[in-house]
Parts: sequence; structure tokens; C-alpha cells
Amino acid sequence: MRRATRAVAALLLLLLAIPVPAQTAAAATANPDRSKPPALGPVRPLKLPPVQKLSLGNGVAVLLVEQHEVPVVQLNVVARAGAGADPRDKPGLASLTADMLDEGAGSRSALQIADELDYLGADLQARAGWDSTSVALHVPLKRFAAALPIFADVALEPTFPAAELERVRKDRLTELLQLRDEPRAIASVAFANALYGRDHRYGTPVIGTEASVRGFSRADLAAFHERTFTPANSAIVVVGDVTAAFVQRELEQAFGGWKAPPGIAPAAVPAAPQVQALGIWIVDRPGSAQSEIRIGRIGPPRSTPDYFPLTVMNTILGGSFTSRLMQNLREQHGYAYGARSSFDYRLSTGPFVAAAAVQTDKTAPALTEFFKELEAIRKTVTEAEVAKAKNYVALSFPSDVETTGDLAGKLEEQFVYGLPDGWLDSYVAKVGAVTLADVKRVAEQYVDPAKVAIVVVGDRQKIEPPMRALNLGPIRVQSVEEVFGVAKK
Amino acid sequence: MKLLRLALVGPILVLAFRPAPLCGQEARLAIPYTQFTLPNGLDVILHEDHSVPLVAVDAWYHVGSAREKPGRTGFAHLFEHLMFEGSGHVPEGDFDNWLEAAGGDNNGSTDTDRTNYWETVPSNALELALFLESDRMGYLLASMSPEKVNGQRDVVKNERRQSYENRPYGMAFLKLPEEMFPSDHPYHWPVIGSMEDLTAASYEDVVRFFKNYYGPNNTTLVVAGDIDPVEARRLVEKWFSDVPRGAPVPPLSAPTPVLKAEKRVTLEDKVQLPQLFIGWLTPSYFHPGDEAMDVLARVLASGKNSRLYKRLVYDLQIAQDVSASQNSAALGSMFLVTATAREGHGLSEIEKVIAEEIAKIKNDPPATRELERAVNQIESAFYSALERVGGFGGKADRLNLYEFYAGRPDYFTEDLARYTSLDPRDLQSAARTYLKDDARLVLSVVPAGKKSLAAGKP
Repeated sequence: MRRATRAVAALLLLLLAIPVPAQTAAAATANPDRSKPPALGPVRPLKLPPVQKLSLGNGVAVLLVEQHEVPVVQLNVVARAGAGADPRDKPGLASLTADMLDEGAGSRSALQIADELDYLGADLQARAGWDSTSVALHVPLKRFAAALPIFADVALEPTFPAAELERVRKDRLTELLQLRDEPRAIASVAFANALYGRDHRYGTPVIGTEASVRGFSRADLAAFHERTFTPANSAIVVVGDVTAAFVQRELEQAFGGWKAPPGIAPAAVPAAPQVQALGIWIVDRPGSAQSEIRIGRIGPPRSTPDYFPLTVMNTILGGSFTSRLMQNLREQHGYAYGARSSFDYRLSTGPFVAAAAVQTDKTAPALTEFFKELEAIRKTVTEAEVAKAKNYVALSFPSDVETTGDLAGKLEEQFVYGLPDGWLDSYVAKVGAVTLADVKRVAEQYVDPAKVAIVVVGDRQKIEPPMRALNLGPIRVQSVEEVFGVAKK
Repeated sequence: MKLLRLALVGPILVLAFRPAPLCGQEARLAIPYTQFTLPNGLDVILHEDHSVPLVAVDAWYHVGSAREKPGRTGFAHLFEHLMFEGSGHVPEGDFDNWLEAAGGDNNGSTDTDRTNYWETVPSNALELALFLESDRMGYLLASMSPEKVNGQRDVVKNERRQSYENRPYGMAFLKLPEEMFPSDHPYHWPVIGSMEDLTAASYEDVVRFFKNYYGPNNTTLVVAGDIDPVEARRLVEKWFSDVPRGAPVPPLSAPTPVLKAEKRVTLEDKVQLPQLFIGWLTPSYFHPGDEAMDVLARVLASGKNSRLYKRLVYDLQIAQDVSASQNSAALGSMFLVTATAREGHGLSEIEKVIAEEIAKIKNDPPATRELERAVNQIESAFYSALERVGGFGGKADRLNLYEFYAGRPDYFTEDLARYTSLDPRDLQSAARTYLKDDARLVLSVVPAGKKSLAAGKP
């Protein structure tokens, strides 16, 4: 495969300032004129079907998009509470609760739920992210009616059987053990620790820690579910080959009886203090063929007014194949298979990170190149780069809303982050409105290479001396076990 | 995008459609197309779908790692990388610059049998995509250089490090083809190749490989999505007609591979838990038996109620995971069962349970419900695949897959029939025929220094 990363393309617009000159038509029989690339025709606008807002008798909000190309239905129930809503001493509770939803619900056992849904060819996923918990069903239309009552039970009437909890707990603990084998996972966990510290919720993984997973009780899960999966705190998202009347009728039957007190809104994740000085953590993994590098700092929340300038700026820095980091570390130097950067937008202040896996003997030179690019983006950006990035972000939008699952994800985003109706349409204008000055401003404001956390997971013996020679800043060394907060055996 | 491993021996998932045993109403499962051939031999397939203003351009070159010569393993994939580095009329870097400026994405992949390239672009950029695809088909060598080969050699070596050497259990995927296929079979080496052979690859090799395998007469081009078929045909003819026909490519054949005995191999890795791989050689893509093995894989390891998951993960709780897959390819397929043991458990214990469950299927056919549950899942995956027009596994890619392996782009109905015609006894018979104890590989990956956890002779 040519590349393993794909730009997180954002959204649309109608920019035509593509640096491609027009050409004269060539006859089909003669050799075509290859002296310049062919001109692009006028952009054909994406006509998204409208987002319909329904409401059930009990007040539950429903967001619906009819999509009739393929006879399937995507149905998600999303609650505005994820890992960010975990109690302070119970990181991983939202995640484990989500995982347990289909392990017994209503009158059905875990095996019955699995058997019936598998027999229907239905795909059911229950997952907690940082800001929400979502139960999602994808099923052929002809089997939707049969799957719906099972799905509703999973979302609303989980029974959390004790034996299943012990089984899933074992699975979680083993998963946490296996993360220690995976250089990318080690790097992510170490980077979160470095940026936020272990006391901030964003400083440990969504799935929690070994200690927290060992401690969860059935009552913890039931209480978290009861508090968060309330009509007032949730929405239902439907995308597929259905009509509003059909959806209203079916959902009323399946979810109309869902009643619960509003619950207590979970405390917000506090904003994290910004990195004040450059710090380096080497996580020793002897014998590593590559070093996993993470460099970054604390970024803004999803609600930032700089969302669009940041999206364009990041596309130029490390959010596309032609981005500076990819071109430098991969195409120019061949140190890595890929390099990238991203802002992880959450309700509170998520991380900004630049990342790559580089060959061990090029770890220090790769760090130098990372710093060159982090400095350069604050100094020089051209109009042509901004125009290309804006076009890429805007014109690739149809790919982001092509499937029922894609669109349902956008509707979840709208609900969870309180985005205004029609935000997909206004996105066009907002990407278009980003200027060179905006890009320069946010690069300067959010990318500050003098104040970053750097994590490198690799073979310490080989990488530490050349890294020290760079004189970037203080270096601390950790073992993999220390990263995961467990005693070394 | 999730990191994708290079396909080992062809795509793993075969999708199909089955008339529901539950209720009626079937529809819209075909992919209508038109097809024509240019005088230079380029096979072209067009499919119209206006649901979003996107066009997928998807080229399959009928060459993969199976065509590589000794001492040059990994070359087909290295060559794939070079196809993105510019061509006669496209300066280095501008393939991506121009596509991104138009809002397009692109990628490629290599397996044993074929190499594919795709661009997904807003429909107003169709002609740009065709220009770029045709220019590298016709004029790649005009701008090729030893420096470009060196540059992508470094990148590919880092891809190998990232995807295999530095990934837990990754080395098993380099070992599997070597142990499963005999040394004279073209699937004997991994698609990614060896570091030594990547070092040895030269500019001259690139020239030779391009001339031998990259002609339009060895290629199928699919253009799917928001197109006017008449205009799309005109544009394909405009941009591809000047590409010269290449040398005829002789069909690749190999004797059906067989394992003559049970082989046991153990690897040590930087891992916490041991992982077991059991591999059998099975019928090639779309050959009789291929479909039964697809369904058997699901009966064994898809869902909580599947035979192996239920025993190993749900009831006994001695394994963290288990999977089964029929990895179909043109010259022979591999059926693979994989499981990871939990702390305190060794692979002999896991292997014993797998053996018991496979023996049960050999003794008694699975229940009708188990078969139907598996086929219904396959049918649903088929629907899902129709939701995306481009990219890996999108509609354009699937038209190419059917054209290449089955000889017809719209092979959905026939593919369907492969699964709907199955009877539980067919699964029993396939298990008896292919899952033999004395013709398989048992590969153990164990934590360094813990060979005692490997699957031993029972």
C-alpha cells in the first residue's frame, strides 16, 4: 500500500481557484495535449438530502436523513456523556458500560442477543468516546423491523449480568496488557500522560487503567447508564432507505416508553494547563525497528472560533499527503512511511499532535525535521498553499458523507457539540472565508515548538545519545510499565 | 484510516447476496455497466451512479508479487510506489498536488495477483484523473530515475518496519507464505519482500517490469460514479488511445500447492501473550470449495455463538480472541485460524480446543441456523459495500475484482448463487476435504524466552 494515513478531510465548498490552466480541446483521434493538465469543469454541487427533525411523544429528539441508494438503515442512539463524564476515581467507566450494553438486555441473554442480531445480518456497536456514548445499528432495511426491538433493549434496558461483567473485565485487562506490545499505543498513552498528567481525565486512556478496571462493580455500570441514557440527554439518529412517517411510527413503538428523570449533567472536563516548557520523554523499548514520535501541546476545544483556520492550517502542516510533514519526512528524507499532524477536538481542550514512526537510526534527524516544519509553518505560508488546502478540505466533502454511517456520524457530531442546524451548509462559506492571515495567526498561536511535550518510544540505547546531542531540552526516560502505571515484573 | 496490512494472498472478504430466509423484497443488487476495449487492449468498464458528485477511477494492473523473480521479492509493491512519483508530463509531486487541489484522494495496493490504483475525485475533475492515470500508464519511464527508486526504497523499507517488524506478531505474516507455499510456488514469499531484495532492486528492474507488465493490454480501467457514460467514454478514448500496447503477458500458472505433512514452527516476539496460527491450503478464488470455506470461517469464528469463539473466549475464557478466514487468491488460497492465549494459558491448550471443534464439524454438519446466520452476515456486508463508489472495496474496485477473478464485472448474481446453494453438509464435506490434520501449518508466536508456551505435538 502506498500510504497508511489518510487526511481527515473536512468539509465542502465551491472554490474554483484551482491552479490549473485551461486547455484547448483535442480531438479523440489525435494525441491529446499533455503539455498541461486538463481544465476542471464547473463544480457540481453536492445536494445533501435535508436533515429532518422529528420528536417522539416522550420528547426524544430524532435527526433523520433519507438516503435511498442502498436498502439499508443506520440507527444510532447517542447520549451526551462519554469518557469525559467518568467519575474522577473511575476512569474507563463510560467505556466499560458501553461495552456491557449488549451482554444482556431486556429478557435476552448475551448469547441470545448475539445470535438474533447475527442471524439478521445486523451490525451492532456500542462505544464510548470522550464526549458521547453511542449505540449504533446497521442493518438491511428488510430486517430493520426485526432488529429494532433488540436494539432498543440494548440501548435502554441493559441488565449487566454479573458473570458477563467478570468475563468482559478479563477481556479489558488483557487488552490493557496487550497495549504494552504496541508501539503506537504506548506512544499515545505516554503522550497523554505527558500533556495532561494522570490526574486529568485526558491523561489516561478512554478504556481506563488496570486499577480502575479491576474496581468497577455492576452497580457502577447501572448507575452510569441510568444517569446518562436519559431522553433529555440523548438523541436518535437515523440515516437510510426510510421515510419520516415510517421512522416516526417505528421509533415511537420502540422508544416511546423511554422515560426517565433528566438526571444530573456530568461535570465538564476542566481545561488543562498549557505546556509551559519543552520536555522530552523516552520510553525504552529495546530492539525497536522504529521510533514512534509524538510532539505536541494542548489544543482548543471543539467550540473554538478558530476551528476553520485551524483545519486549513493543519491540512498544510500534516493533514494531507502533500502536507509539509509528509513531504519532508517521507518524500524528501525517506525516514518514515508517513508523518502527520492533527487537532483532536473535544468538549474540553484536546491535544494537538505531530506524529510519525521513523527508522531507529534516523530518530534524531527526524526530530530536527519536525522542528524545522513546526517553526516554518509559523513563519511562511503562501497563498497557493492556502488555496490548495481550502480546495482539498472543501471539495472532498462528498466523500465524507457518502455512506449511511458517514452521515450518521455527522448528525451525532451536530447533537453532541450543539452545532447549529444547517452547519454543514455554512461550513462551505466558513472554509472559503479562511484567509492567509488567519492561517498565519493560528499557526503562531497554537503551534509553539518551544513549549511542547515530546514522546519517543524506541530503543533507548540507540536513540538517546543522538537525541541528547540535539540539546532540545531535558530528557526523562520511562519504562513501558511506568507508562501504564504498573509495577515491572 | 486504519493501518492496513498488505494483503497476504488476496482479499479476505468475499461478499455475496442470498435470498433472505426471513422475508421477501429483494432489489437493486446488480451493478449495471458498459464495457469496451480500446485498440491498444485496455479493458474499460463504466458504471453510472449519481448519488454523490464523485467519480471513482480504478485501474487494476494484472500483475502482483507472484510475477517477481528470485532475488527481487517486494518489487511489485516498490513499483507501485514509483507510480505516484510523476510521469512524462507530470512533474514529481504534482500527481498529488493537482489531485488535492481538485479535492481528490488517491491510493494504491499490491497483492500476489494484482496491483490497483484509484482516484476518487469530484466529478468535475474526472478528466484530470484520467490524464494522470493515462500519463503514468504511457509515460512513466520518461521521468523515472535511480534517485526516485532510491527514495521510495527507503519509504518501503519503513513501511516494512512499521507494518511488520515493529508490530506485535507482525513477523508471523512474513513467515506464513514461506511455510505454507512450496519454494517453487509464486506465493512462497511475502508481498512486502525481504530487506535484502528491496536493497537490490534497481532502476533497470523498473524499466523491465514496466515494459513487461504495465501495458494497457494487461489492465482494466473502471470509471464509476457521477458520469455521463458517453462523455466518459470519449474522455477515456482521448487520454488512453496514445498509450502503446505492451508485450503480451503470458498467463501465470502454478501446480496446485500441497502441504505433504504437518509443519510446526515457533517464532519468538516482543509480545506479552502467545498467538497461534493454523493454516491449510484451500481452493483458489471462485473455485468449488472456496465459498464453503468462506462460510465455514464464519461458522467457526464470527460472533459470540460461533463454534470457536463460544468455546475459547466465551465459555473457557482461555483466549483473548479467535478469528478464521479464507484468504482467496488466484493460484491457491489459505484458510487461517488465529487465536491469542490469555495469561496463564499455552497454545497447546488452545490448539486442542480448535481440533475438537473442527472434528465436530467433520462428524456432524452444522445446524441450518448456523449456515443461515453466516450467509445473512455475508449478504449484509454486500449491501454495505454498495454504499461507497470509490476507494478500496468500493463499487469500482469490486467491478474490477469480478472482472479479474471471475471474468465478468457484474458477477453479483453468480457470486450469490455460490452461497445460497450451500447445504450444511457442504461445510462438513469441505472441512473433511481441506482441514486435514496431516497437511497444515501450526505456527506459534511466543514471548521471547517462553518456547514452552508453543503448540506442541499433541
